[in-house]
Amino acid sequence: MTMIFGIPIQALLGQLLIGLINGSFYALLSLGLAVIFGLLRVINFAHGAQYMLGAFVALLLLQYFGINYWLALFVAPAIVGIVGAVVERTMLSRLYKLDALYGLLFTFGLALTIEGTFRYLYGSAGQPYSVPSLLAGGTNLGFMFLPIYRGWVVVISLIVCIGTWLLIEKTKLGSYLRAATENAVLVQAFGVNVPLLLTLTYGLGAALAAFAGVLAAPIYQVSPLMGTNLIIVVFAVVVVGGMGSIMGAIVTGYMLGIAEGLTKVFYPEASNIVIFVIMAIVLLIRPAGLFGRDA
Amino acid sequence: MTPLLQVSGLNAWYGESHVLQGVDMTIEEGEMITILGRNGVGKTTTLRTIMGILRERKGQITFDGKDMMNVPLHRTAHVGIGFVPEERGIFATLTVEENLMLPPVVAGNGMSLDEIYDLFPNLLERRSSPGTKLSGGEQQMLAIARILRTGVRLLILDEPTEGLAPVIVQRIGQVLKTLKERGMTVLLVEQNFRFASRVADRFYLMDHGQMVADFPVAQLPERMDTLHKVLGV
Repeated sequence: MTMIFGIPIQALLGQLLIGLINGSFYALLSLGLAVIFGLLRVINFAHGAQYMLGAFVALLLLQYFGINYWLALFVAPAIVGIVGAVVERTMLSRLYKLDALYGLLFTFGLALTIEGTFRYLYGSAGQPYSVPSLLAGGTNLGFMFLPIYRGWVVVISLIVCIGTWLLIEKTKLGSYLRAATENAVLVQAFGVNVPLLLTLTYGLGAALAAFAGVLAAPIYQVSPLMGTNLIIVVFAVVVVGGMGSIMGAIVTGYMLGIAEGLTKVFYPEASNIVIFVIMAIVLLIRPAGLFGRDA
Repeated sequence: MTPLLQVSGLNAWYGESHVLQGVDMTIEEGEMITILGRNGVGKTTTLRTIMGILRERKGQITFDGKDMMNVPLHRTAHVGIGFVPEERGIFATLTVEENLMLPPVVAGNGMSLDEIYDLFPNLLERRSSPGTKLSGGEQQMLAIARILRTGVRLLILDEPTEGLAPVIVQRIGQVLKTLKERGMTVLLVEQNFRFASRVADRFYLMDHGQMVADFPVAQLPERMDTLHKVLGV
């Protein structure tokens, strides 16, 4: 058996892959959080619940309407995105004039309400969601066995991350978004409907979380609390990357996923806390985060 | 003929502080107006209140016969008023050209991109640089240029020459004259009295949140005593 640093190469590559998959979810989720925080200045604690909603909507669409995975990949984020937009318009938008803490408390309460409701309706046990037949099975890469679905998750999340980045950095809509992030009042004075832009942004962030939720359903099962544990890690990712930095959120998501995977190989005991240790170190050295602007 | 902009009995507050205390002013189409006054008398506040940025306000603002008091901020530009803030408001995360293209076009009579690059050749050269990498003078040109694209009828400028070298100030003066020839109406706050006296048609003199005098540029010599008293220059 080939060894690297006294570790079997299969174990190393296996954990790297797991790290990359976790990193894909970290990146998708922290991307949505960063977009929302950048423009709305709201720390969206409901992000984990929106991720869970994506998975649940996919499951319910399948159970009640026979809508398959591929359609759910579009429909579930659309539904969660619209719900998010309605929540922003009717509730969250009333809080912008108050201290940022109110937005945080509101979204935290929203998360508890959504998760509590789903736990009441469906119990806390996970429900299986099967891998679509096109992506079932695996392939032998020679050094390891790669389940096709997991490879798909890495590829599609990378595509969605880059697509979102392009939307923000290279389009007209994205230029409104970036400008409003810097100075919303002036952009509004130029004649851009910033309140509508805020609604769309929150909807987009929620839809990204739901998209991650649909991707996660066949891997982690669908349960009301699936977002709760994940979201804490994702907040750490956002802090490390730098609040509001889009590219920072993406790169840091993958990096920390991989760091976590490697820790599982070299020092498994630390794997659950390594992200938080990195966060503490980054906060000490660069309080604005690795990609933050006002360092 | 009704004036393009009519402001009467305008009051505005920053929290507890009552900044505008009954501002009255009128601007005819095609005029270039300068508001003079010491620091802190409410000049910038007047501009921000007319624009609708400051919403704690009472009184009347009509633009082209339309009541502006209930127009939301993001509709003000569409009615035909463009704003160049004192801090210029160039976006660091946008390129020069993105900054230029940012404000939506609200009427067909705005300048085309080519015309703007003719008027401001520096912006063409630097169009892919981040907006805030430009010099102060270039940033001011960009701040004015991006409003010219939109086709607004009234241009509101807050201290366009502040902190700029004399040669740039002269250049901005030329730009304002070009705009005037095109029939643009301009409302300007300016500390640089010499600059203002070269470009303006008419002055408003402001003190303690009110307009205390208004007179055309021709009366400037005989008004110097009042000016000295109110401006403290």
